[in-house]
This record gives sequence, C-alpha cells and structure tokens, in this order.
Amino acid sequence: MKQVFKCCAVLVITAMIFLPLSAMAGETLDAVKKKGFVTVGVNGSLFGFGQPDEKGEWQGLDVETGKAIAAAVFGDASKVKFIPLTAVQRFTALQSGEIDVLCRNATRTLSRDSALGLNFVQVNYYDGQAFLVPKSLGLKSAKELDGATVCVLPGTTTELNAADFFRANNMQWKPVVIESTAELAKTFFAGRCDSLTSDASQLAGTRAVAPNPDDYVILPEIISKEPLAPAVRHGDDEWRDIVDYAVLAMINAEELGITSKNVDEMLKSKDPKVQRFLGVSEGNGKALGLDEKFAYNIIKQVGNYGEVFERNVGPDTPLKLERGLNALWTDGGLMYSPPFK
Amino acid sequence: MRQEQTIPEEPGGRPPSQNTAADSPETDTAFWQDPDKRAVIFQVAALAVVLLVGYYLFSNTLANLERQNIATGFDFMDKEASFEVGESLIPYSAADTYARALLVGVLNTLKVSFIGIILTVVIGTLVGIARLSTNWLLSKMAGGYIEVLQDIPVLLQLFFWYAIFYDVFPSPRQALHPITGVFVSNRGLVFAVPESHPVHTAMGIAFLVACAAVYFLRRWARKRQMKTGRIFPVFRVSLIVLIGFPLAVWLLGGAPAKMNIPELRGFNFRGGINVSPEFAALLMGLVLYTSAFVAEIVRAGIQSVSKGQTEAALTLGLRPAMVLNLVILPQALRVIIPPLTSQMLNLTKNSSLAVAIGFPDFVSVANTTINQTGQAIEGIALIMAVYLFFSLLTSAFMNWYNQKARLVER
Repeated sequence: MKQVFKCCAVLVITAMIFLPLSAMAGETLDAVKKKGFVTVGVNGSLFGFGQPDEKGEWQGLDVETGKAIAAAVFGDASKVKFIPLTAVQRFTALQSGEIDVLCRNATRTLSRDSALGLNFVQVNYYDGQAFLVPKSLGLKSAKELDGATVCVLPGTTTELNAADFFRANNMQWKPVVIESTAELAKTFFAGRCDSLTSDASQLAGTRAVAPNPDDYVILPEIISKEPLAPAVRHGDDEWRDIVDYAVLAMINAEELGITSKNVDEMLKSKDPKVQRFLGVSEGNGKALGLDEKFAYNIIKQVGNYGEVFERNVGPDTPLKLERGLNALWTDGGLMYSPPFK
Repeated sequence: MRQEQTIPEEPGGRPPSQNTAADSPETDTAFWQDPDKRAVIFQVAALAVVLLVGYYLFSNTLANLERQNIATGFDFMDKEASFEVGESLIPYSAADTYARALLVGVLNTLKVSFIGIILTVVIGTLVGIARLSTNWLLSKMAGGYIEVLQDIPVLLQLFFWYAIFYDVFPSPRQALHPITGVFVSNRGLVFAVPESHPVHTAMGIAFLVACAAVYFLRRWARKRQMKTGRIFPVFRVSLIVLIGFPLAVWLLGGAPAKMNIPELRGFNFRGGINVSPEFAALLMGLVLYTSAFVAEIVRAGIQSVSKGQTEAALTLGLRPAMVLNLVILPQALRVIIPPLTSQMLNLTKNSSLAVAIGFPDFVSVANTTINQTGQAIEGIALIMAVYLFFSLLTSAFMNWYNQKARLVER
C-alpha cells in the first residue's frame, strides 16, 4: 500500500512539474529579459563565423550577430551565451526552445521556413556551395568529379545540393557523412575524400586551418544559392522583428557611414535619418519594444556590417574573402536595408 | 464457494467462521479499510494519473508543434529524400523516398550488428578459452587483450581504428596490392569477386539442400548411436557435404571462373567488392570491445562447471575434445547465455556510434531525415522503435536458445 501511495505521489508531483513548464513557454523577449542573457546557437568550429579563439573567446561573423542582438535587447553586447551546435542539432535546438536565436550559417529555404517551423530574418552572408580539392589532383572544374568520394556534413543544404549536382550532371559519387565539422575536415585532409563540399565561405574557413592551406584549391563552380541568415521560432513576431532589425541596423549603419569609431560624433548629426537611426529622435526603439538607443548600442559595441565583415572574414583575415554579393547595394552587392523610420 | 467454506478440508485450514466474516458484504468493514478494495482504487487512480499525464504530454506537444507551424505525422516518408547514402545493400539513389533511405539505414545497422555478433561470439569464445589455457604466454596474452579492450571507451576505439584506416593506408593511386585482385587504400579494402552468373543461384540452392541433408544426417547418426553404440563421423561427412554439393553444381554448370576484378578508374576503384574504412573501423571497434566482455563471460561459464565433472568424464575414458563438447559446454552454456544476450544487445545498440565516424547506419540516416524534414519527434520515435524491435528480437531468439540449452531434469 505504501508503494501505491508513493507511486501516486510521484506521478502527481511529476504532473505538477510538467504543468507550469508549458505555461512558461511564452513570449521570447520576456523570457530573455528574465534570464538576463540571449542564448545563441552558433557553429562552434567554423573559423571566421563561429569558433572560440585561443583565449576561449567566441569570434566570428555569426557570433557578432548574436552580440548585436544582445546589445539591442540589453544595451550590453556581452549578455549573450553561445551554444555550439552541429548541423544536425541546430534546428531541433531552436524548435525546442533551447536557444533563442540561431546564428549558425544556416541557409534559408522554403521547407525550413515552413515545415520546420522557423522564421529566417535578414541574410547576414550571401553564400554559394563549392568544392575544395587537393591541388595534386589537378582538377579544373567540378564537372571532372565523376566517381569521386566527397566529404559532406549531414543535415545541410549542401548535402542535398551535392546530390542534385551529381544527378543533374549524370555523375557517380560517394558521400562520406560525418556530423562533426572538425572531424570531417580532419578526414578530408587525411585523404579519405577527394573533395570537401560546403558553402564557399566555409571552405575558405576550413582551408585556412588546413595543415598546409596552399595545397588545396576551391573549384570555380558555385553550384547553389546559400543565403545564410539567423533564424527564430515561428509564432513570436515581436522577437522576429528584434532579431531582424538588429541585423539590419548593422547594414543600415554602413549605408549611413556610421562606424563604431564615429558613432558618438554622429549623435550630433543634423541628418534626420541618422537622428532617427541612433535614437536621437525617438520612436524606433519603442516600436520594437526596445531601448531607443538600441541601434547606437549595436554600432558602438559591435560595429557596422562592413566592420564586422572585414574583421572576421575579409581580405585581411586568413579567409581572404571579398565582399562580392555581400557588398552594399550601392557597391553592386545585395546588402540593402529598409528605412529605419 | 460457500459450500467449500462450510466444510473445512484440512485441520490446518482457517476456521469457517472467520472466512465468512472476511468475505461477507454484510460486515461493517468500510471499503477504505479493506486492503483489497483499497488496492484496486489506488491502482485505478494511479493508472488514471499516468494516462492523464501521457495525454497531457501528447496534446501539449501537438499544440506546441501546431503553434510553431511544425509539420507532424509520417507523411514525409514517401517524399523524395534527395540526399545520397554512402553505402547500401539495396539499390538506392537520391531520387528515392525517405522510407527507402531509412530502410537502407536499417539494413546497414543490421549488417554491422549481424556480422559483428558472429565475430564477437567466435573471438570472445576463443579468447575466453585461451584465458584458461595452461600455456602461460597464451593465458597472459588473452588477459592483456581483455583488460586493455574492456577498459577503453568504445567511441575512442572507433576513432582509433578509423584514424588508422585513413591515416596509415595510402591513397587509391598508391594502393597496397598484396595479391592479385586485392587492393588496400584509404578508400577501403577492394577485392575481386566472381562475376555474377546464373550458376551462383543454383549453388546457393545446393548449399541449402546440403544444410538440410546435414540436419537429417545428424538425426540419423544420433539414432544409430543410441541403438547400436557405433559412432558416425558426422563432422567430417557434413563438411564434405556442405562444400561438395555447391562445388559439384559449379562444375556441372561449366565452372564459370570469370572474375570481376577491381581496377582504378578516375578517383577510385570500380568493380569488385568494396569494404569501406567506415564499416571496417566500426566493425573492428565493436567486435574487439564486445569480445573482451564475451571472453570473460565464457571464462566464467567454463569455470562454473566443477572440476570433478572433467575428472569424472576423463575417468570414463572420454577424449578431452569430447569432454569439452559433451560435459563442460552444455553445462557452461546455461551460465553463459543470459549475459551473452545482453552483450549482443550492447553491440547492436553501440552500433549507433557509427554517426561519429561516418558509417551510414540507421541513426545517421534518421538524423539527416530529422534535419531535412524538421520532424524530430517522429524521427526519434522511429529510432526507438527500430532499436526496441531489434533488441526484443535478439532476446526472443536467445531466450528460445536458453530454453533449449537448459539442463533437462528427469
């Protein structure tokens, strides 16, 4: 009898634990404010986008996007916690609420926007898929890869694109699929695969950490469109707007010529666009449910998009990536921000 | 009932008056003071709570998924998978459905588990017997094998073997070529196989016929021994039948000897059979790790048979091989089988570590499916169902075998 009592007690208590949990899953912004930091899912082992440096501090384009969101919400770019996720884990982590926003070089696609229950915001890197091969193979084009063994990350758009590419060109191939980015790169450099396929930026990052980067080349074909964007859960438009405009603020600042260095001077600017943007004339912050100075905080503490790009992946970094599609629309790129008004 | 109560059947039985008091509804015992009724009430309550919690979790999950617009259900199964799988026992391409991709994964898991379990039992038994050998060197070597392999986590062993395969072996263009038709490179082991020919099917049938023949031969031999006491050399004759039947069919079919010899074309070998480094590393890691445990189980099983049995058997004039086969093993098996079953289950479940080294087992394919469709709950449920099914199947088979191996008491 005691046992039955015990069983009942256990079950009732379990039920009581479960009930409030569901009630708690409310608005993301309130939850984030309550816990005091933004939880951002990042790559964890992708140089230039999301990886801790030798001091253990997170670095990369996606990491700085996460910091920008923290700066927008709390006025403090350091109030952020990074969770490294593999490609396979990332969407489940977001769906289940383990992270508040995913900044992990994820490609926006129709099925992810719909069936996966995600919302992608402004693209923070326009990318495309390519093939990395050892120079010693003497390849000139990806069309010569018939019969090749190709290393690829599971659960990515690249996995699907590669299958499409080889199918469309009627070529044979054999995928080697390993979940961990670092382990996959190691396998490729050891010669298990003839080629490593991924987004061109990611290949540049992988090549940069190769034992001998000059032994590898990226083949010229770009076989897909990969708009990499931060993502949030469906169903919380307020939070979606905040994340969206945190990214857009960085682009808009570059359009307006505002950098982390001159942002304090720009506060005195007479340009109404700049005044509105930096919160000198009020309204934008309130509309988003944030501090009026949210854009100022982002630019002051993180920088504009150009600065972040140059610092993490630009020509002066080991990745040596050109702005290309990621230049401002005024410079022939795709980066374009709606007006901040 | 009543009638029986009025007639006390044995002197030690309870007095009838007491019995009537406990069973009769007229007594003033309230139902909450009756332990039996109370137990029922509490069980009903407990069950209700379990069902409620289950229903709550289920409906809450559905509501949450709906709120976030996440697709639910198993509709994705017949959509085009559009991802490639590295190795497959059945024809598969990216144009096939998710269901087929998952089936490829299940078969890959089955392949590695099946071959793994057989090798584990064979190696484990040999090492276990070696551990008990009177040869000092052999016994110590077996001891070292067991201690080292048992104590290193299996995931590390997998990484180790995989690294050996891709780091130590050369690229396909410099592949090692020990004998004709065999190539070893970091793309795996490639070896020549006979080119497919209709005779092979006939040989397969001949082999099955031979198996049946051996079965009846054994029954006949046992009966004859019971009757006349004469021993028939079953093992040698069976061996001849098993090899001879298919061989004869092959010769009758014109002895087609054309081989499918692998050759280097472009990036890799074409033709022959390829054992990938991922599969080899997974199999090796799992087999070596699990066989160390099996060796200990076999040793314990053999030691559980008292020495007097061996001595008695030897005194009766049995040869040492017969002592092992007829006296020790039948008794040791009873001790060995139950823990052996759990090691087999362990091997099957550990095969899911394949994800780490890129072998496309079921978990690996299911993970990709989850990621491409976003349907984590369905995917995880499938994974659980498949492993549960495999485990129950293995246990059922081993339980049946255990029943058979049980000591028959007369």
